[in-house]
Amino acid sequence: MNKREAEGCARKNADAAQDRDLSANPSSPIVASFKVFQQELDTKHDKYERLVKISRDVTIESKRTIFLLHRVTNVQDPEEVVNEADVKLDAVRQKIGLIAEELRGEDIYQFHRAFTPGIQEYVEAVSFQHYIRHRSLISLEEINARLVFMKAEKEEPKGADLPMGAQVLTFQVTPADYLLGVADLTGELMRMCISSVGNGDIDTPFKLSQFLRQIHDGFSYIGNTGPYEVSKKLHTLRQSLGKVEDACYTLRVRGSEIPKHMLADVFSSRNTLIDTEEGVV
Amino acid sequence: MSVTEMFTYIQGFLSADQDVREDIRKVVQVLEQTAREILTVLQSVHQPSGFKEIPSKCTKARELFCTVRTHIADLKTKFPVEQYYRFHEHWRFVLQRLAFLAAFVVYLETETLVTREEVAKILDIQVVREKGFHLDVEDYLAGVLIMASELSRLAVNSVTAGDYTRPLRISNFINELDSGFRLLNLKNDPLRKRYDGLKYDVKKIEEVVYDLSIRGLAKEGEAGGDK
Repeated sequence: MNKREAEGCARKNADAAQDRDLSANPSSPIVASFKVFQQELDTKHDKYERLVKISRDVTIESKRTIFLLHRVTNVQDPEEVVNEADVKLDAVRQKIGLIAEELRGEDIYQFHRAFTPGIQEYVEAVSFQHYIRHRSLISLEEINARLVFMKAEKEEPKGADLPMGAQVLTFQVTPADYLLGVADLTGELMRMCISSVGNGDIDTPFKLSQFLRQIHDGFSYIGNTGPYEVSKKLHTLRQSLGKVEDACYTLRVRGSEIPKHMLADVFSSRNTLIDTEEGVV
Repeated sequence: MSVTEMFTYIQGFLSADQDVREDIRKVVQVLEQTAREILTVLQSVHQPSGFKEIPSKCTKARELFCTVRTHIADLKTKFPVEQYYRFHEHWRFVLQRLAFLAAFVVYLETETLVTREEVAKILDIQVVREKGFHLDVEDYLAGVLIMASELSRLAVNSVTAGDYTRPLRISNFINELDSGFRLLNLKNDPLRKRYDGLKYDVKKIEEVVYDLSIRGLAKEGEAGGDK
């Protein structure tokens, strides 16, 4: 583009081209001030990119934790899996600590778009683990309470003001991110429900359907006051709820007729049906 | 905390957020109105008769900027200062407009590029984020780019009005601006899109200068005088 434009100038107006060369000299006040802008923009973009990178790592690790947690339905000792997830989530929290560090002294909303996918995925993972352990919904405060990081810093002169030279960094999950993370959680719960039926677990689906219904009611209560993405997720949430309710229905109706050891067969065929449906959505 | 309680809490937060946005929207609307008024005042410089009245138009525009300052002061009270970027998109457009208007006034008065500090002073806001409601560098640059296309129009109209030296000065100025923007590494964002339009403004002004010089109409100009 540069070259073509320069050629155009040469053909049309040699003087202007000459002017441009002259004006490119660094002593011009305009050029000098644009050098400052260049630096400012580059710093900002670099920070943004770093945040995107951390966010991507957070997403990947959170997804892996969720996959790990899905194994609780078919292992002997669920507690072991949950504890393993704890270790993984600690690593994720370390990464979020890096985000918090990048954001120190910044307006977190300026870079919010860079890390929101990662945070949503983390909310999904941590709330899924919480549900498996406590059968309840993790609150926003509980999530935020675990995102406090201690940073021992010696080279920072500001640290001297604080006792022991330690700095406390916090990361606050915004309510909107929390909400979107919880909406994703429902999809995981649906999968858990179906797979637990596949394993012949009759109780879990009913508990899950009740829990999902509560969440669904909550989202209906929020309706369209929330961010725009929420209404999109509400649709998927309805589908998940429908699947779980269908599963419970089938259990209730067929449960009395089919011997328990055969239920697994009924649902394994059902499972494939649901999986193909998901592929379309 | 039960699920219902949690959702009630979130809902409370969301409606508070909506209230703030509603307040901001109202102020921004008034601000847009004033910005349009200033633009109307400045548009008259494109009229053949308007060229003589540039100083008086600028004074009038500067008076209107007083109203802008009070509105912005009002806007500042509507939200916590550290959440500037949370609501940024509400006033982003109008702030770019105002930056453009301030830059245009300053250009008409002194034929120099307004600095970011000057714009901030005209609007009574800050330059650095830490000190409060500030002018984002991207908004400032966007405003400058709007001015560039306005100046390419002005170059054409000043020829119509019989002022043959102004296009040469504008050409110099825009070229300098162009080389300034070339220093920036822009991402694929709205600012970059707008910057891509700058070359057409440059081209248009160069065509005007060409037309003038080929007809010998620009002899007394500082830029094309040396041939």
